[in-house]
Formats: sequence, C-alpha cells, structure tokens
Amino acid sequence: MSSNAITVPGVQIDEKPWVDTLHEWVTTVDHKRLGVLYIGYALLFLVVAGIEAIVIRIQLMYPHNDFVSPEVFNRLFTMHGTTMVFFMGMPILFGFANYLVPLMVGARDMAFPRLNAFSFWLSALGGFLLYFSLVGANGLYGAGNAPDVGWWAYAPLTARAFSPGHSTDYWTLALLVSGFGSIGTAINIIATILCMRCPGMKLNRMPLLAWLNLVMAGMVLIAVSPLTAAQMMLLIDRYLGGHFFDTQAGGSAVLWMHFFWIFGHPEVYILIIPCFAFMSEIIPVFSRKPIFGYPVMVAATVCIGFVSMSVWAHHMFTVGMNSYANSFFAITTMAVGVPTGIKIFNWLGTMWGGRIQFKVPMLFCIAFLFQFLIAGLTGIMLGSAAFASQLSLSYFVVAHFHYTLVGGVIVAVFAAIYYWYPKITGRMLSETLGKWHFWLFLIGFHLTFDLMHFPGLLGMPRRIYTYEPGRGWDTLNMLVSIGAFIQAIAILLFVANMVISYFKGDKAGNDPWDAWTLEWSISSPPPAYNFASIPVVASRRPLWDLKHPEDPDSRYE
Amino acid sequence: MQMQCAKHANRMSILQMVLVVFGSAAAAAAAEPIAPSTGLPNIFAPESTPARSIFGLSLFVLAITGIIFIVVFTLLVYSVVKFRSTAANADREPAQVYGSTQIELAWTIIPILIVVVLFLATARVIHAVQDAPQPPNAIEVTAIGHQYWWEFRYPKLGIVTANELHIPVSDPDHPTPTFLKLLSADTDHSFWIPQLAGKTDLVPNHPNSMWMDPYRTGIFLGQCAQYCGVQHAKMLLRVSVDGREDFADWVRSQQQPAVQDASVAAGRRVFESTACINCHAVAGTNANGRFGPDLTHLMSRATIASGAAPNTPEKLRLWIQDPNKIKPGSLMPAMQLSDADLDAVVSYMETLR
Repeated sequence: MSSNAITVPGVQIDEKPWVDTLHEWVTTVDHKRLGVLYIGYALLFLVVAGIEAIVIRIQLMYPHNDFVSPEVFNRLFTMHGTTMVFFMGMPILFGFANYLVPLMVGARDMAFPRLNAFSFWLSALGGFLLYFSLVGANGLYGAGNAPDVGWWAYAPLTARAFSPGHSTDYWTLALLVSGFGSIGTAINIIATILCMRCPGMKLNRMPLLAWLNLVMAGMVLIAVSPLTAAQMMLLIDRYLGGHFFDTQAGGSAVLWMHFFWIFGHPEVYILIIPCFAFMSEIIPVFSRKPIFGYPVMVAATVCIGFVSMSVWAHHMFTVGMNSYANSFFAITTMAVGVPTGIKIFNWLGTMWGGRIQFKVPMLFCIAFLFQFLIAGLTGIMLGSAAFASQLSLSYFVVAHFHYTLVGGVIVAVFAAIYYWYPKITGRMLSETLGKWHFWLFLIGFHLTFDLMHFPGLLGMPRRIYTYEPGRGWDTLNMLVSIGAFIQAIAILLFVANMVISYFKGDKAGNDPWDAWTLEWSISSPPPAYNFASIPVVASRRPLWDLKHPEDPDSRYE
Repeated sequence: MQMQCAKHANRMSILQMVLVVFGSAAAAAAAEPIAPSTGLPNIFAPESTPARSIFGLSLFVLAITGIIFIVVFTLLVYSVVKFRSTAANADREPAQVYGSTQIELAWTIIPILIVVVLFLATARVIHAVQDAPQPPNAIEVTAIGHQYWWEFRYPKLGIVTANELHIPVSDPDHPTPTFLKLLSADTDHSFWIPQLAGKTDLVPNHPNSMWMDPYRTGIFLGQCAQYCGVQHAKMLLRVSVDGREDFADWVRSQQQPAVQDASVAAGRRVFESTACINCHAVAGTNANGRFGPDLTHLMSRATIASGAAPNTPEKLRLWIQDPNKIKPGSLMPAMQLSDADLDAVVSYMETLR
C-alpha cells in the first residue's frame, strides 16, 4: 500500500483519504502520535472500567440486591481492577511520558522509535486479549467468560482445579504481553533521558517531569520482571504440570503473593510518580514560581524509588508472617511517608508566596494535594501492621487505594490533560465545562470514597457481591453508589469538553500558560520533527530565561 | 496499653456516635431483628484483648495522623487563600524563591521522628498480639476454611462442628483464651470477627494461628475476608461466646452421638442411600463424608449455609431441594429428591439436635 500524498512537514493537506490517515497512525513511530495513541487507548479503557464500576455500585446499593449474579460480580471487579491498573493507569502515564519527555529534554524523538511503536502495540494487544476472554475464554464450551480471580489472582484460585476454562489464561497472557510492552517503553524512556538531552541540559537542569519519569522507568524494569516471571510460572503450573503455586501438590500460595506484591507495590509508585511529575510542572507555572527545593525533590523521588522496593509485604500483614517480618514491613512502609511528605511540603512551598491562578489544571492540582494527603495518612494507618490486621481486606483499604488512584492518579491525569491538551491539539479546553467537570467530580469523589472508609471499619470485607442487612452498611453503600453516579456524569462532561473543544476551542498558540519548559517554545501541535533547530539551555527554566533576560535563572543555579 | 484505652474512652464515644449516625437508619430498617447481645462487627468496639490492643494503637495512630492532617490542611488552605492572584498583583511575577535548606531539613527530620514513634507503638502491639504464649488451659480449636463454609474441630474435646464457633467467655482474672489453628482445604480464606481480633488468613499449606479471650458473652458476627471464589460473600461467620456452664453444657451435648429416632427412619434411609453421605457426616451412623459440614448436631445451630439462611424447616427444605436458591454457586448439588423424600430427609435432619 503506497500513499501518493507527499507530506510536507508543517503543511496541512486537507483532502487525504481516511485510509491513508489510518495507515499513518497505525504505522507511526512518532513519539507524539504514539503518545496520543496511548492516551486515547487508556481513556477508552477508563470508560470501559468506569462502566464496570457503575454496575458494581448498582449491585451494592441495597443489601441482597440481585442486579447481577455472584459470578458476574466477581468478573466485574476482576476486570475493573485489571483494566484500571494495566490498561488505563500505566498506558496513560506512558502516553504522557512518550509525548512530553522528548519535547522537554529538547529531542526530536524517543531513543528507539520502532521499539516505542512495538511497545505500544504489545500493550494494545494485552488489553485486547483481556477483553477477548469475553468471547473466547471457555474455548470449545462456546460461552465467553471473563477472568474472575481478582486483579491480584491469588493462588490457588488460579489453579485449574478452581479455575477451569481459559479465563485465567487470558488474564495471564494479557499481563504477560502488556508487561513486555511496559519493559520496552521503560528502556526507551531511560535511554531517551540519558542520551538524547539537548546541549546544556545537564541532569540537574532537566525538568522534574523527566527526572520523575526516569525513576518510574527504572522501577518498571525492576518491578514488572518478577510479575512476568510469575505469570510464566503460573502458565507452567496450569499446562506443563508445574507445582509452583499448586497447593494441592505441595506448592506455595504465599510464594505467589510475594511475587505479585514485589511487583504490585512498586506498581503503585510507578503510577503515582508520573503524577508527582505533573504536579511538579503544573503547580510552579500557576503559582508563578520555580519549584521549591528542586534537588530535594529529585532526591526524594529516588528515595521513594528505592524504599518502595522493600515494602511489598505490607499487602500481606494478614497472611501469617512472623512478628519480625511484620515489624520490618511496617517500618519500611511508614518510612516511604517521609520522602512523600517532603514532596507535599515542597509543593506547598512552591505555592507559598506565589501568585496562584485558579485555572482548571491548578484546581485539579490543589484537589490532588488534599486527596493525596488523606490517602497518605490512611496509608500510614495501613502500614501500622497490627492496625492493618483490622483494616486490610475491608472496604477501608478499598477506600484508601481509590483515594490514591482516583483522588491521586486520575485527578492528576485530569490536571495534565487540561494543561497539555492545548499543546497536543492546538485548542484550549473550555474553562466553563472544565469547572463543572472539576466540581462535580470532586463532589462525587468525596461522597463515594470518604464514606467508603466507614463500612470497612464496621466489618464489611471487600469483593463481596452482596451483604447482610442491618450491619450499619446499608445507607453508606447507597450514598457511595450515588457518588459514583455523580462521578460518571462528571466524566461525561469531560468527554464532551474534549470533543467540543477539539472543534470549537480557542486557538492555543505556542504558550497559553506563560510556562517555562521547552515544549512551550514550539507550535501547538508541534511539528513532526519537534524542534527546527535543537535548543540550547542554560537553566531549568529555559523559557523563563528567554522571557526575563534581565534576571535569568542561570544566574542562581 | 490497657490504661491508655480507658483514658481514650471518652474520645472514642464521639467517633462511635458518628458511626452510629451513619448506621442507625440502616439498622432500624433491618429486615431481621437482631438480639441485643449480638455484637455487630465494628473494630472500634473491642471485646477481647487482641482487638483491644489494636484499638488502643488505632487511637494513637488516628491522633497523630489527625494532627498531621490538620497542620498540612491548614497550610494548604492558607496558601490557596493568601497567595491567590488578584487584580493588585496581576502584572508582576512574585519573588522567585528556589528553596531553603533549613526549612527542608525541618520537614525531613520531623517526619522521621514521627515515623520512629509510630513504628515503636506498632511493634509493641504486633509483639503483644502475635507472640502471646498459649497458656495450658487454653481452648484449642482447628478452623478449616472450605469453599464456602467453616469447619471447626476441637481436638482435645473430640468435637466437630461448622460455621458457628462456640468458645467460653474469658474472665480477666482467670483467662481462658481460645487459640485457633487456621487451615484451608482449598483456596485462601480469612477469619475475621472485628470485635474479637484482627483478621488472619487461612492459606493452604501454610498453617496460621490466632487467639482471642472475649470479655463478655453473646453472638459476635463476622465473615470471610479473603476472596475465595463465587460465594465469598455468603461465607458468614458467627462466634457464640458462652458462659462457663453454658459452654460446658454445649461441649457435653456436642460430644454425644447423633440422636437415633425411629420415627424418621425413612428420612435417614433416604439420606444414607443417596450421595448426601459422600460429603456429610452424622456421628454414630455410616454417614462419614468430609467435604461438607458435619450434621451430627445440625439443629444446635441457628443458621444453615454458613449463615446465609436461618435454620428453619422451610429454609432447610429449600436448601436441600436446591442450594442455588439460597446461595448460587454453592458446591452442594441439588439432589433432585421427590417431594416425599425431601420431606423425609428434612424430618430426619430436624431430629439431629
């Protein structure tokens, strides 16, 4: 298939057959297009997993409700969790890393453009495999059947004795394949940041976004590998007669837990560190001040990266480790709070004495700070191993990690989308719709996840498809569900805003926020080659230096 | 830790009030009335030493995290209000401040100190709960998790029962704690009675233990906390804490073989000639299956199907006819008995006191 339209960089050709456009997108190795593909793919899965969450909440509105069967409910929470972590959270953050890192370090593309495309399509195949289970998981039996083992898939529930058919295999393959994609992207991010920086951009002059993504990518390399190994062991158990996790033949269920969480906990930081990166770029711009304590921010991130490798078994405080192991994982878990606290204080320090502009991206950043503070504090409670033996596996822990992943990651992603959408599309998102989206989402979020802590304190375990009346859980669950509907409406407004603004939004220009990093020095959307001539930087805020030649940053660093 | 609890009792009642406000409307509308002595699950209403130690720790942790929250939240609100963009300052950039070593040191060192304090408080409770020695007069129970029910064995007393654990109340002066050995027959489960102790998982090939010494008699509710399969939700758990004499009576009655009642011989014949006995045991008869709950003293239990239904003749009949009507996904098959056989078996079951 050949395209006879010759594309000239920067020149819009209006009449192009849609097949050619599709062909260009499918075969692209441009980091910006791959970034957009990642983000679009992740937003699609956000909607899918959101619908799953809504069905879950409808089922839990009343005690003894029978909106869905227990089998369907178990598939819903498994698919919701797996989708949100692997096919929404990671891809959207990889998408932003892909789009922004080369622009911010003054490069024309990622270090390995073809590996980049390969990694994206592997991730896409992973998501496809997971949802293909709806059609193919029971194989010859004819009926579809999504995985129902929970997103952490504890052994021996995944053994063939308890999980016949192929649903667990689709889950395993989906994670295995997308895991290879994640490793490829991580290598690419590391290579780009270490080798592709423009002249003058020393490591200590890199935007924090690049630094934090460097740490994130390093963590992906270390954390995803054990998960990949465990998935292979599980496949060996299921098809080649292995007994790693097969407790009926002397295997160890606890071994799987260790493998899973040695991936699973760093994974939480893999998701949150890029969000810290968004905060560290957006808060300074809307406070009109440089980030407070840049070297400490870098050090704290690296510190989180290391310490978070030693906290995984705080997910296992109830599985019967001895008191020394429980104490060890309690102190490492609490210790992560120190560098995380430093970050929160430094963001506050950035706002302190600034001139804060409450544009929609900044509103989401402030909400992030508030919610992440609470998530961190409930995390300290869960790190206190003895206290955790009451809290974990209950709705309290569900509320805690949704506070982190929705109140933290998703809210930060909203901030990032409102902030960089003008760069990506050339159009501003509507501030009015954005504010409606922000406030509705905030109300829905707090109604849902603030109240969700309480049923957990009152003994409601997670992952139950229904519950007994009269335990003090009924009203709370009803309100939690109502909050979920409000969040869904907010998301609809967000989607509407993205679509309407794409066609009718104000033109963005190069630098709508009066910002300081290199991506704002070029047109919106950027040309395929990014920079006509490779920039040379002398400080952490090259555009500040340009705009304030009388008082450049380079004088103080 | 005990003294600390007493000191915090007043503060606790505020939190409990909040919880009660949330829960009361629901409790009032509850379909089934709950006996006053029934302990609704609540981690802030401890009735046993492990739960009470954790409760004391939880108040300490809540207090410290509460203070941190107030401090940081105040700083955040202050910054947002005080440093907002106004018409007066709109045309010039604020002072560009890059950092401050002293301030950054302060907010590094203070959190480290807080972490050390929290860790020491936590480690103390971990040790007190997990490493408590088992006294010689302790009641020993082996709890075995099954998809989706609980088996309880009292090895020293020769009792096998299911789903409703009976333990004696423990007098603080002469404690008679109950020590549980936790096993699993299939997948992971978790034993959780919030008022009595934190949860501990039942993991196959990985024996665990836990203990409790309830301060008062009554029924304490909980349920399986670790996802174990289709009917994880209806793997409910009841602990009946009995007075000393009540417990002794219960033990004596459970040690008896099953009642042999000639008037229900037809039902017994159906029971023993169908697949029922592949899974169920009735002591003193040739029914000795081990996959399902022991039925020797079925009528001494208040619920069937691991708490999913009250133990009434109607529910029992429905359960035997088709367990999926009560608990879809239960591993007990519908036995396809004729109405006459069904009635006979139910009559037989009702004699198993």
